Amino acid sequence: MAQVKAKKSESTSNIDREQLLHMYEQMFKIRAFEEQVNELYQSAKMPGLAHLYIGEEAIAVGMCEALTKEDYITSTHRGHGHCLAKGASIDKMFAELLGKDAGYCHGKGGSMHIADQDTGNLGANAIVGGSSAIATGAAFSSKRLGNGRVAVCFFGEGALGQGLVYESMNMAQLWKLPVIYVCENNLYNEYTHHSESTAGSMKARAEAFGIMAVEVDGQNVREVHETAIKLVERARKGEGPAFMLCNTYRYHGHHVGDIAREYYRPKEEELKWKNDNDPLKNLSSWLTENGLADAGIFEQIESAVSKEVEEAVTFALNAPFPAPEEVTKHVYA
Amino acid sequence: MSMPNTNGREIFFGDAIKEALAEELRRDPTVFMLGEDIAEAGTTFKVLNGLVDEFGKDRILDTPISEPGFTGLAVGAAMTGLRPVVDIMFGDFSGLIMDQVANQAAKIHYMSGGKLKVPMVLRTTMGAGRRSAAQHSQSLHAWYSHIPGLKVVVPATPYDAKGLMKSAIRDDNPVVILEDKMMYKTVKGYVPEEEYVIPIGVADVKREGSDITLIATSSMVYVALDAAKMLEEVGINAEVVDPRTLVPLDKQTLVESVKKTSRAIVIDEGYEQYGVTAELASVIADEAFYYLDAPVKRMGAMNVPIPFSPALEDLTIPNAKGVFEMAKSLCNKL
Ligand SMILES: Cc1ncc(C[n+]2csc(CCOP(=O)(O)OP(=O)(O)O)c2C)c(N)n1
Repeated sequence: MAQVKAKKSESTSNIDREQLLHMYEQMFKIRAFEEQVNELYQSAKMPGLAHLYIGEEAIAVGMCEALTKEDYITSTHRGHGHCLAKGASIDKMFAELLGKDAGYCHGKGGSMHIADQDTGNLGANAIVGGSSAIATGAAFSSKRLGNGRVAVCFFGEGALGQGLVYESMNMAQLWKLPVIYVCENNLYNEYTHHSESTAGSMKARAEAFGIMAVEVDGQNVREVHETAIKLVERARKGEGPAFMLCNTYRYHGHHVGDIAREYYRPKEEELKWKNDNDPLKNLSSWLTENGLADAGIFEQIESAVSKEVEEAVTFALNAPFPAPEEVTKHVYA
Repeated sequence: MSMPNTNGREIFFGDAIKEALAEELRRDPTVFMLGEDIAEAGTTFKVLNGLVDEFGKDRILDTPISEPGFTGLAVGAAMTGLRPVVDIMFGDFSGLIMDQVANQAAKIHYMSGGKLKVPMVLRTTMGAGRRSAAQHSQSLHAWYSHIPGLKVVVPATPYDAKGLMKSAIRDDNPVVILEDKMMYKTVKGYVPEEEYVIPIGVADVKREGSDITLIATSSMVYVALDAAKMLEEVGINAEVVDPRTLVPLDKQTLVESVKKTSRAIVIDEGYEQYGVTAELASVIADEAFYYLDAPVKRMGAMNVPIPFSPALEDLTIPNAKGVFEMAKSLCNKL
């Protein structure tokens, strides 16, 4: 099992205080959003299922904070965090999850298909590994058009089972495309530990193509962010793709309905990650210990975000469903 | 939902499938299953729960998320002495495996001049209504039905699912079985304790009638049966015919029924354009033309990607009211 080691010698961070507090806010926003999603599911107000990102917030935030609005991302079935971190607004996110017309995709996409061109989000994808070539294609455009944009492809370690990922990486390195493959290793492919599905080293897969590969503590937003900045800079300069392996953990089930989990992962393991390696706590403690923040600041951030989330849910719950005519719209451009 | 006039043991659709698999795994040591999260998790739909306890992880094999890889592995294993049953969680993932199925499994027997065989079963799901959006809701049985060399089964009842699954496993050809994911734990029906098989390629009349034939597949059988009940109240006696297998197709039962009733609607959950309804309607038009009193009508899924929103998704699938209205108009009882 991949163990995340707490780093002994913390490098003094170059990221300034304001930005760190902003990252805390973004992570908290994702968490509060997801908790509300769970609530909506449990109270039978949300159609279908959702895959919660809680526990993995530092990856989306650390990465997306290194991007500009124009840069691209592609996301996964567990995509709410990526969308929010790239700048999606929570009211339209909730509306989409509830199948409402005011949602990002007029309710046609739902939880697994949120796309938002305005924030460079080329879409969440319900096919595992399905966006690896799409992100690579966006990087191809960027290079061909010379617009300097970088594409970030988020996926879980389960996607390493898909051949498409390797076909994509090969082309990306051959053609020096500005794409960053972000592998979120939360240890499980659905209900199966990665050791039962993935032989050999994850990182070495990318290295085999000559792609620059790094492994980071996915629970440490500062580390993710600092690494992200370097990789984005390289990609923008035309130095080619990168692979960032992030060690992390999802606190909830594979999806909101996955409640009884003991048959595939022990409760102690869940508690250990939550208690000892939580990305929000990790950042707030570091800021506090370094005298950069106190409890009051976090409370302030949290209550403002909670209010925003509450208002957004109310908005989405009251928003109308799409009109029947919507069903045949947008089949063709 | 449950079928009329059953007596005896009633079990769920999903349990009938599991029973068939368990019996065949017990009977033939060369049978094994492979797919994602099929062992301890018992599939994402919890249909195979418990099989791993009896047969172990070597025969109920969890795979990486590598659909083309493990489907192709099954093709090779089938060619060399084993009888794999492949589990593809969502029928939508058919796109990933299609080369291995359509260009490899389906053609190997023919291309080898009859020398090689591919005795494998591919189980996957179909059916919308689960609010799972465009990449997890399609019914793509027409894709498989288009390819010579594959047999295609779309059972509607627990009885049919069990009997046809057992035949599929014993068949020396690649057989694709599409199971409606919404029926696993909602449709219950009669399944005898004693062993039986149902031959592939035989249709079943699910309700006898004289005024109109409703040809329906998979979950649409229940839509047709519900419509038939509604039609009865307005004096129309509908016959419901379930082809059960699309390839080979029991044309005779379909044609005989329409010759008797002179009217037909074909109902299927695949996309309407170029779909199963088109094929079945053409069989009727071709072989029962001179018996028809009305044009053959077809009702499939709307020609749109399945939308997420319940307000939209429900519009895309045929329903009993729609079939009822269509049947009434064909029988001139508006
Ligand atoms: C091609 C494909 N196969 C299977 C699935 C079903 N499925 C959805 S999520 C998932 C596990 C994904 O694991 P991972 O990539 O590690 O992401 P995580 O869920 O852990 O974030 C599976 C098998 C799918 N959506 N697409």
